Amino acid sequence: MDMTLPLLILVLPITMFLILGLCGMKMSHKLAGTLGTIGMGITAILAYTVAFTYFFSGNPDFVTAEGVRQQFEVFNYDWLAFTPTLIVQLGFLLDPISALMLVVITTISFFVHLYSLGYMHGEKGFQRYYAFLSLFTFSMLGLVVATNIFQMYIFWELVGVSSYLLIGFFYTLPSAVAASKKAFIVTRFADLGFLIGILLLSFFTDTFNFVELTSNPGTTISTLSAGGTFMGCSVVTWALCLIFMGGMGKSAMMPLHIWLPDAMEGPTPVSALIHAATMVVAGVYLIARMFPVYCLDEASMDFIVIIGAITAFYAAVVACAQIDIKRVLAFSTISQIAFMMVSIGAARPELHEGLGYMSGMFHLFTHAMFKALLFLGAGALIHAVHSNNYTDMGGLRKYMPITHWTFLIGCLAIAGIPPFSGFFSKDEMLTAMYDNSMFLGVWMTMVAGLTAFYMFRLYYMIFWWEENPHYKDHKPHDSSWTMSLPLIILAVVSCVSGFIPFGHFVTWNGEPYDIHLKMSVAITSIVVAVVAIALATVLYRKKNDVPAKMANSVKWLWTAANRRFYWDEIYMFVTHKIIFNIICKSIAWFDRHIIDGTMDMFAKVTQKVSYAIRGLQSGSIQTYVLWYFAGAILLGLVVWMMVI
Amino acid sequence: MDLTIMMYLIPSLIMFACGVYGFITRKNLIAILISLELMLNAVDINFVVFNRFLFPGQMEGMFFTMFAIGIAAAETALAIAIIINIFRAVKSVDIREINKMKF
Repeated sequence: MDMTLPLLILVLPITMFLILGLCGMKMSHKLAGTLGTIGMGITAILAYTVAFTYFFSGNPDFVTAEGVRQQFEVFNYDWLAFTPTLIVQLGFLLDPISALMLVVITTISFFVHLYSLGYMHGEKGFQRYYAFLSLFTFSMLGLVVATNIFQMYIFWELVGVSSYLLIGFFYTLPSAVAASKKAFIVTRFADLGFLIGILLLSFFTDTFNFVELTSNPGTTISTLSAGGTFMGCSVVTWALCLIFMGGMGKSAMMPLHIWLPDAMEGPTPVSALIHAATMVVAGVYLIARMFPVYCLDEASMDFIVIIGAITAFYAAVVACAQIDIKRVLAFSTISQIAFMMVSIGAARPELHEGLGYMSGMFHLFTHAMFKALLFLGAGALIHAVHSNNYTDMGGLRKYMPITHWTFLIGCLAIAGIPPFSGFFSKDEMLTAMYDNSMFLGVWMTMVAGLTAFYMFRLYYMIFWWEENPHYKDHKPHDSSWTMSLPLIILAVVSCVSGFIPFGHFVTWNGEPYDIHLKMSVAITSIVVAVVAIALATVLYRKKNDVPAKMANSVKWLWTAANRRFYWDEIYMFVTHKIIFNIICKSIAWFDRHIIDGTMDMFAKVTQKVSYAIRGLQSGSIQTYVLWYFAGAILLGLVVWMMVI
Repeated sequence: MDLTIMMYLIPSLIMFACGVYGFITRKNLIAILISLELMLNAVDINFVVFNRFLFPGQMEGMFFTMFAIGIAAAETALAIAIIINIFRAVKSVDIREINKMKF
């Protein structure tokens, strides 16, 4: 394959970032926005071309005669050659999941660019916003096409920076600044584990390259096993779990999830792009990328499943008790990403050809579409009502029909109602989980039911319940076409994307197979979802006091869920009370008094001595002569004594 | 009574000591200059005396002294010129008041 197109996919967004970042302030808002959107549109077309070529051209580089899809390095350039064996490369790897991600990222990014034309209209720093969006898109594209784990790490940090910049976009708001710092620090902390994992892995296997690592996973594991054990776990498990820790940070798995709800301080389209559809699934993507290695190490796979299962349930419970609509969506995102994690962690090549892997990636794709839709819909609502809380909404279905219908489609998709896309992917994931263990399947079905419940609770609270009296003064209405068009297109995609024969495109080893709906699982999940939706309908369709009474009867639980089970407080306690107060303060004391003290003592002694003898340097020749004379006499005396 | 070398050296030493004492203690520039000349002349006497008593057949000490007197005269003229210029600037030849060059 010619390397021009893939290279252009990366070069275009970074060029756009440089143009908008350097010259943006001289442009009008309209020009900057249009330029960014057109640039992103072209990138999307290029990405579609590349993905289409990869999947459908039948080129022997991409797919063998038996139909097994291959990994193909379009280019791989030696960037930093430290020693003959330690070489950091930059390249472009085409395989099913990177082609899939190219499509997802550019699609969502393009719609977010378009949507922001309306949403961010007239905001101060509009050009800067578009520059950052381009930077993010570049970093994310670089991440997914990484040929080696080190390149992935570099772009991994770059998306972290872009996320930081965009969360803190309204930098005059202290809450936005705090949220951006929190996001950056928490993910950086996780990336420390990631880096150690990379070093462990590459130290024992002598390579960063994904293709080399995953084409012979048995060799990788056996060379890693030579590293012995540490604290009861083998080096393999340590390396893989530490790499997964990086994924936990980016994908907001417990206990590193605390940054994602706060990240909602950023502009809503940013939440849709970064904190729902693309960046937060980087962790899932990382595990998928390394899947052939992971699936040979049972312990780390179990670790992923346990973390994912707990997170999914926790986030779903918390989402039921949030008032800010963006936070509900944020927790729903955490829960859904955990779903994907569990799915990939539950996948075993010997069960259903690694169904969990395929369905996890499938859910990543469908979730990106309908979650971006939900976030953009939430943006339209916030734009119309000027508040993030559903308590200021209610009864909006008459005023904002387009937003209403598209939001409803998003809710149906995430709840898993056929024929919307979420049903198909979620059903496959649940099948994989039931195959892995009965308990896991039941647990995740319960989470799916909770998902349906809280999404419809949100839906009814926004669009039904009771009309807010303020609408008389300020009538909410649907937004301009730039904001409505992405909603409509994403809604259509959410309706039809479930019918994509995903098993033909993305499987863990590239061999295509047909997806079969397992009726028992499908019917169970539909029944659970319908019951949950019915419950939400009964409770929240019309204004009544039953929900309030229910909340009051288990007030401690409601408050705890509303406060997110005090995770932020726990972190505050650990960081401020323990780390800052006890550890840091004692270290600071040592630094100030012992280390600085020693240096200060040298300085003080020197100073004292200088003060004492500075009278000698009087500037008066006569004094010097006197001293000279005294010295000469002394010297003479000494010589005289010695002679005698 | 024979003239011994000590009879020359002791007055020369006294002259030199007076010069040193004057150089250190006097505050008047002219007086300091005179003290300097005293020390110089004490040294000149020593040269002549050592030449006369230790190497009677030679003249180097004498010539060196003549040379030193010549240099001293030139140097004195230079010093006087400087002192006059200082006096014009500061209206004083007191060494305690001439401290403007310090900073």
